[in-house]
Order: sequence, then structure tokens, then C-alpha cells
Amino acid sequence: MNIWVFSQEASGAPTTATLELLTKARLLASSVGGDVTAFVGGDASALAASLGEHGATKVYATGDLAGKLPGVAVSAAMKAVIDGGDSPDLIMFPQTTEGRDVMSRLSVKLDRTVLTNNVDISVDGGSVSVTTPIFGGNVLVTTSFSGAGPFLAAFRPKSFAAESAGGAAAAVTATPVPDLGSIGAAQVVAVHVEATSGPKLDEAAIVVSGGRGLGEAAKYEMVETLAKLLKGAPGASRAIVDAGWVPYSYQVGQTGKVVKPGVYIACGISGATQHMVGMKGSKNIIAINKDKEAPIFGIADLGIVGDVHKVLPKLIEALQSRG
Amino acid sequence: MTGMNVIVCVKQIPDPATPGALGSDNTLKRDGKLILDESDSYGVEMALQLVDAAGGGEVSLVSMAPNGEVSGLRTALAMGAAKGTLVSDPALQGSDALTTAKVLGAAIQKMGAFDLVIAATESSDGYTGTVPEQLAEVLGLPSVTFAKKVTINGGTLEANRQTEDGFDEVTCPLPAVISVTAGVVEPRYPSFKGIMAAKSKPIETVTAGDLGVTPVGWAGAGQSIVSVTQAEARAAGEIIEDDGEGFAKIVAYLENMKVI
Ligand SMILES: Cc1cc2nc3c(=O)[nH]c(=O)nc-3n(C[C@H](O)[C@H](O)[C@H](O)COP(=O)(O)OP(=O)(O)OC[C@H]3O[C@@H](n4cnc5c(N)ncnc54)[C@H](O)[C@@H]3O)c2cc1C
Ligand SMILES: Nc1ncnc2c1ncn2[C@@H]1O[C@H](COP(=O)(O)O)[C@@H](O)[C@H]1O
Repeated sequence: MNIWVFSQEASGAPTTATLELLTKARLLASSVGGDVTAFVGGDASALAASLGEHGATKVYATGDLAGKLPGVAVSAAMKAVIDGGDSPDLIMFPQTTEGRDVMSRLSVKLDRTVLTNNVDISVDGGSVSVTTPIFGGNVLVTTSFSGAGPFLAAFRPKSFAAESAGGAAAAVTATPVPDLGSIGAAQVVAVHVEATSGPKLDEAAIVVSGGRGLGEAAKYEMVETLAKLLKGAPGASRAIVDAGWVPYSYQVGQTGKVVKPGVYIACGISGATQHMVGMKGSKNIIAINKDKEAPIFGIADLGIVGDVHKVLPKLIEALQSRG
Repeated sequence: MTGMNVIVCVKQIPDPATPGALGSDNTLKRDGKLILDESDSYGVEMALQLVDAAGGGEVSLVSMAPNGEVSGLRTALAMGAAKGTLVSDPALQGSDALTTAKVLGAAIQKMGAFDLVIAATESSDGYTGTVPEQLAEVLGLPSVTFAKKVTINGGTLEANRQTEDGFDEVTCPLPAVISVTAGVVEPRYPSFKGIMAAKSKPIETVTAGDLGVTPVGWAGAGQSIVSVTQAEARAAGEIIEDDGEGFAKIVAYLENMKVI
């Protein structure tokens, strides 16, 4: 089985989600035979070593997208390679904004279904099945692809471990984006990065998240202070991202980041299914909520039924006094 | 630009307040009353504001839903949309996202000239999040997904597009397809007048056959569900009422975890 992995880059290296999928693809290919190819929407020269170490034996790279959005550009480049005769059996995408867009455009070009939000994949003979959590992760649905490939599937970050197998740097083949015509008319004219300090939310060993129970934007400072004291990262529920208290990059959950820290502290968060699906994999969960019926307590290892405005200041003070 | 016609995709879904359930075919049960997906109320509001700013034109709705369901469409009409098209057909049961996009695309092509199609980044019940970009490809149009701010400037759309670590400013000529994030605008509540007016606004109902989309439903879906299992539950934790010393419990827990 030949597998492509849509490979994304951040600060000059493949993203962790990319390396996770390459690792899984390598394990699948080694058990059933076949090659793993990394498909990069951009320039791959700085990435080839790491992509190769994690399992790619070949890299396709479009080169700089010149402000075109990846969805329309990379899907067209993929289609061109497939039409040229190199058609994979399976294409794995990270469940990210760009992964989703590339997969969506390609699904129409190839007339193939897409399966999203997956956390696992298995291959049995010619049959490929993927597993998706629903109802906040309480139920797992396994779905198999029918008909002919290429099968298109997107996986949530942290579904697989990223492990280097020490492979050699992969050879890079240029696969330029063909002329897109009018469908490629959207153009990025400026890029804004919302800076955060401290460890990255999706890599931090400790995450402290705040929700609507904080009452007002200014109170989010308690969450930031606590996160800093614990050398962790601050996170948020969508309710307070939508309300404009914190940027989207803080959001944990289905449409935000998937986090699996050693300790997750939820402050004034109810525990909606869409939030839980992004943090349920945390090793230890501590929740502070004034409503003892809040669903978050259903998954908490330690739950404090109380007011964040009383518990957090005391907690912060206690930690500060420890120095 | 004077006047602008906007089509909004509105999904009608089971009330999220009631717990979800799977039917005997393992798809989400959609046989009860359906309501307007809150995610799409942002698109409706955005469309109303854009048409207003353009100084004319109208907002039309398109929805695919079972059993001739129109209650969610009526909610959006009550907010101020002018008319709607509903695709409803038993043959659509079990449709995947790709088929949904093909059906919505075919319906949109029958709705007359438009400048912009708006969808939500993802639906509350299905959340595949692929339909808007698939729809753009079906319609052969450029697209901007994850738009969190949208303005129209001389026939060109300008959007702030949310990215993993910030946002991009993107321009796009019309006609185009966009998906908007929740919170992009504050959806208005339908007024009493709006609710009354919505009752007589036109909704055209069509079938998949009318649109010439085949195969649909299970026959068109390139996937089949093989199993549904209960995930491993987390062991129950210790839940205590704060008596003023709750913080100390957390400190002790963190010490135990060797975090501090
Ligand atoms: C398609 C879709 C995708 C979504 N994706 C996400 C996502 O990625 N991430 C996400 O988080 N959500 C997501 N949501 C939203 C989700 O459904 C919830 O609306 C959201 O998580 C609620 O945020 P919250 O817990 O902060 O607010 P609420 O649900 O309003 O909860 C606030 C909690 O604070 C408690 N509280 C109030 N005052 C105090 C106090 N003084 N002290 C202590 N506790 C207090 C209350 O008891 C309550 O439990 C999504 C929704 C949809 C439809
Ligand atoms: N059946 C439908 N009818 C109308 N719009 C839909 C339908 N399904 C999806 N959409 C639109 O596409 C968005 C994304 O849906 P999804 O891909 O299911 O997450 C939704 O929020 C709607 O705006």
C-alpha cells in the first residue's frame, strides 16, 4: 500500500502532527508493504532530513505557494501527480485548517469520500478502516472505505506517537502547482502571528485553561499567572475565544488544539463535548467549577466545587509563597 | 458595487441540548424536530450585514434536510433572509460530505445569480468541516475558509482568515465561497415582526432527482460503518466542595504528581 502524508511545516521544521502521521504511515507500510511519500505544499529542502527520518522515502514539494491558499493549490498539485500516473492508495492529512482544505478540494477532484476527525487507522488486506470519537469521545465509530482509492483521511493531532526510525533524508521531487485559473484567485496579502510566551499550548506538560466562569476578560490574568507559576501554557474554551478575551490560538477542543498534558486544570469551564474531545487525553485533570453538576467533573481526577474567584487567588498565593 | 446577492448554507440539526443518539443504521438520528444550527446563524447575520452594506440585493438560503424540514430555515428567514431552497429526499439518507456538497452545489446553481456563498467552518452535529471547501470546488469558485472578519471593497472580498497561530489577510474576487467562524458577528434575534413575516416567505422544495445528482445517500457514500464501541471511561475522581481550603487540595495533588 502506497501512502502519502500531507506534510506541513512550522518554523522551518515539519509539524509534530506531520511526523506523527509519517510514523504511522511507515508502520502501516512496513506491515503490508509499500512506500511512504511526504507531500509538501511549499519548499521542502529544510524538511527532507526529518521527513526521511520519520519514514518518508520520497518527498513531493510544490515550492513556494506565492500567497495562494494551500487548499486550492496543493490539491491541484496532488491531482497533477495522480494524473501523471503516481496514484497512492491512501492519503493521510493532519486535521488542521490547511489539511482539511486540501483534502476537501482533492475529494471533489478525485470524486472520493473523506473521513475526518480520526484518531486511529487499521489496514486489513485491502480494507482500510479509521476510528472517530463522537459524543465528546465517549463512543468510538470505526468506518471502512469502500470502492477504489485513493482513500482520504484526516487525523487529529496526537493520535499517534512521532518516532524517528533513522531513515535517510528523502529525495525531493518538484511538483509545481499547475495554472489554477480563477479558482485560485484568493490571495494572502499579509500574515499576522499572534505571539505567545512560554511553552506551546499543544506541547506543554501542564495546561491551565479558563472558561466563561471567569466572568470577565480581565480575570483571565489569573489563568495566565497560574500557568506561568507551573511553567505551563494557558488555554481557553471556545466561549471566551468567541467573546474576544483571548486569541484563537489559545482554544482547546474540537476546533482548537488537542492537548494531552500531564496535568490539565480547567477553571470555570463546563465541559462541553467539543471541549472535552480536545483535552480528555490529559493524564490528570483538575477542575474548578461552582456547579457540582458540571460535566467536567465527570472526567476530573480532582474536582473542586467552588468559585474560581476564591479558589484561584488562594492557589496562586500558595504557589507564590513556595517560591 | 450596488446590491449583492448572498446565498447562505444552513444546516438543520437535532437540538444539541438533547443528547445525541445513533439510529439502527449507526448514523446520527435526525428524525425528530430539527433546528437551525447555531454555527450557521453567524453566516446568516454576516450575509444580512453585507447585503445591507452593499445597499441592496438579498439573502437566500439553501439547506439539505430530511422529512421536508423547514423550521431552521424559518428561523433564518425570520432573521431577515428573503427566501430559501430545501433539498429533501429519502434517497439522501446516509449521504457523505462529498454528496452533500454536490447536492448543495446543484441547488445553488438553480438559484440564480449570486455574488457570494457563505457556510460555517463546521456543523455542530457532523463537524466534518469539509463541505464549504468541497462546495467551492463543485462550483468551480475561489474560496476563503475560516474567515473571522469579512468586508467587501469594490467587488473584492477582504477577509481575515484564522490560522493555527494568528491570521492572514486574504483578498478574493467575487463570486466566491467563504466559511465563517463562530463569533465573527453577533447574530440578531428574530423580532416578532420577522417571525410573522417569515411564515409567508417562499421556500422551494426540490429532490435529488430534480437536481440530477446521482448516486446519493448510502449508494453514493464511499464509506461504511463497521463498528461502534464505548470508549474506555476515565476512573471516577475525587470531587470536593470548597470550604475555603480547596486550593490546598490542589497544591497537595500537584505535589503528589511531582509537578511542584
Ligand atoms: C461546531 C462546534 C465546535 C466547537 N468547538 C469547541 C472547541 O474547540 N473548544 C471549546 O471549548 N468549545 C467548543 N465549542 C463550544 C462548546 O459547545 C461550549 O459552548 C464551550 O466549550 C463552553 O465554554 P465554557 O465552558 O467556557 O462556557 P459555559 O459552558 O458557559 O460554562 C461556564 C462554566 O463556568 C461555571 N462557572 C460560572 N461562574 C463560575 C465561578 N464563579 N466559579 C467557578 N465556575 C463558574 C459554570 O458553572 C459553567 O459550568 C464548539 C461548539 C460547536 C457547536
Ligand atoms: N445539509 C446541509 N445543508 C446546508 N448546509 C450544510 C449542510 N451540511 C453542511 N452544510 C454547511 O457546511 C458547513 C460545514 O458542514 P460540515 O462539513 O458538515 O462540518 C455547515 O456548517 C453548513 O454551513
